[in-house]
Amino acid sequence: MLCQECGKRPATLHFTKIVNGEKTEFHFCEFCAREKGELIPGTSNGFSIHSLLSGLLDLDPSGKGQTPGAISAQSLRCEECGMTYSQFSKVGRFGCSSCYNYFSDRLDPLFKRVHGNTAHIGKVPKRSGGRIKLKRRLDELKKELQYRIVREEFEAAAEIRDQIRELEKNMAQG
Amino acid sequence: MSNLRFTEHALSEWMRGSGQDSDIVISTRVRVARNLQHLPFPLLATNQQSGEVLERLTKVIEDEQLLNDFGVLHVIPLNEINDLDKQVLVEKHLISPNLASESRNGAVVLTDDESVSIMINEEDHLRIQCLYPGFQVHEAWERASALDDIFESRVDYAFDDKRGYLTSCPTNVGTGLRASVMMHLPALVMTQQINRILSAVSQVGLTVRGIYGEGSEALGNLFQISNQITLGQTEAEIIENLHSVVLQIIEHEKNARERLLNESKIRITDRVMRSYGILSYAAVMDSKEAAQRLSDVRLGVDLGILEGPPSSVMNELNVKTQPGFLQKTFGENMNPSERDVYRAKLIRETLGHTCS
Ligand SMILES: [Zn+2]
Ligand SMILES: [Zn+2]
Repeated sequence: MLCQECGKRPATLHFTKIVNGEKTEFHFCEFCAREKGELIPGTSNGFSIHSLLSGLLDLDPSGKGQTPGAISAQSLRCEECGMTYSQFSKVGRFGCSSCYNYFSDRLDPLFKRVHGNTAHIGKVPKRSGGRIKLKRRLDELKKELQYRIVREEFEAAAEIRDQIRELEKNMAQG
Repeated sequence: MSNLRFTEHALSEWMRGSGQDSDIVISTRVRVARNLQHLPFPLLATNQQSGEVLERLTKVIEDEQLLNDFGVLHVIPLNEINDLDKQVLVEKHLISPNLASESRNGAVVLTDDESVSIMINEEDHLRIQCLYPGFQVHEAWERASALDDIFESRVDYAFDDKRGYLTSCPTNVGTGLRASVMMHLPALVMTQQINRILSAVSQVGLTVRGIYGEGSEALGNLFQISNQITLGQTEAEIIENLHSVVLQIIEHEKNARERLLNESKIRITDRVMRSYGILSYAAVMDSKEAAQRLSDVRLGVDLGILEGPPSSVMNELNVKTQPGFLQKTFGENMNPSERDVYRAKLIRETLGHTCS
């Protein structure tokens, strides 16, 4: 049975409620249940953490978004999974790993409050982690270096060469 | 899969009552949360997507190297076992209530001795757990990390240079690491020092909750202490912080036990022997009373007031007297008052065999 709210995901939560004196059956997926604030049995601990979190998320750290040009939190949306920031603040969970990028500006204050920190300093996956990104950046820089040299822009080329050396040093250490 | 071997018996590796300081630290658990790249977290995944997660992770588990290093791994899809077996797995702490009730394409992977439990499609795609008896946080972390390395060499994790391992819940991001120990702290409760100590613990980035029972009311004086912070500390720092705080709690509990023995030996003896007597002869026993009296007997054995049963039997009894396990042992569809009768029977028989 599909969730009656989104019609996309299978319903895993089934319950009956008395609405206006009438018994009504509900069938929700976990996401929609959380968004509607329905309690999920067997997850009482997790749930209270999430309600607490969503309390934190509702706080607008930048005042009221008065800064000119600032994107309001409500309009933020993850293009990958479709979750909006306001859904995230209700549910207390990210929809996919790209949410971290799309909501990035809003996350520092949240992480600061939950963890006291904003950046990871622990384990890094050897294969798919930091090294891959460093290497990609290195490849880009090398291409650009060739480009500058061909066009005889030697000052810019020297700068890029310095950046390449720095990166290579980091990679050798890391 | 009607004869699931993991729910036929109660005893798991973590209940063995061995390991360092096992009179106070019953067990250690370390889990790491990981997700696969380019697939939405289980909360938003379609059936097809969570099926793909299951398939890709199961493929890693069937890998030879993993078999060599960790022994046989049994993959148990949650939709192939009945609700009672799920409940028993929850009571043995091998799966979370969330995996049992909410997961789609969920599975648990267990080693023969149940010291490794890998959950697939829980809140995150992958949760690697190591459960050890006694106080073994470093050992449990090393094993979980070694398993993590094997998965990492076969699948691409969702990882970000700044935020680390990306998880569904913001409280797990970074290391994805949750290390916890289950502690039996009856003397700190009796001497009314527990609240002071627990609030001190929460000041240093750790959380405490009761193992059984809701909120701060910890049934059976069993507490779970775990790290709260997962971002901005290395795994080694997290493990070491937990380790040093738990060492201090052990010290406080030992002192409180000594004080009880020195200052009120007759009262503590009376309490232990009363509980032992009631457990040995009662015909009806609800779960709350059982937890409290089993805690008294455990303390009595630790203090040398009472001989036997060994802590492995006590750990096993805590699990065996849970509703799911009772029904598994004595027959399904018991109502709560029938369970109380069978709980009393089970405890009577167990203590009768092991106490002198
Ligand atoms: Zn839905
Ligand atoms: Zn997303």
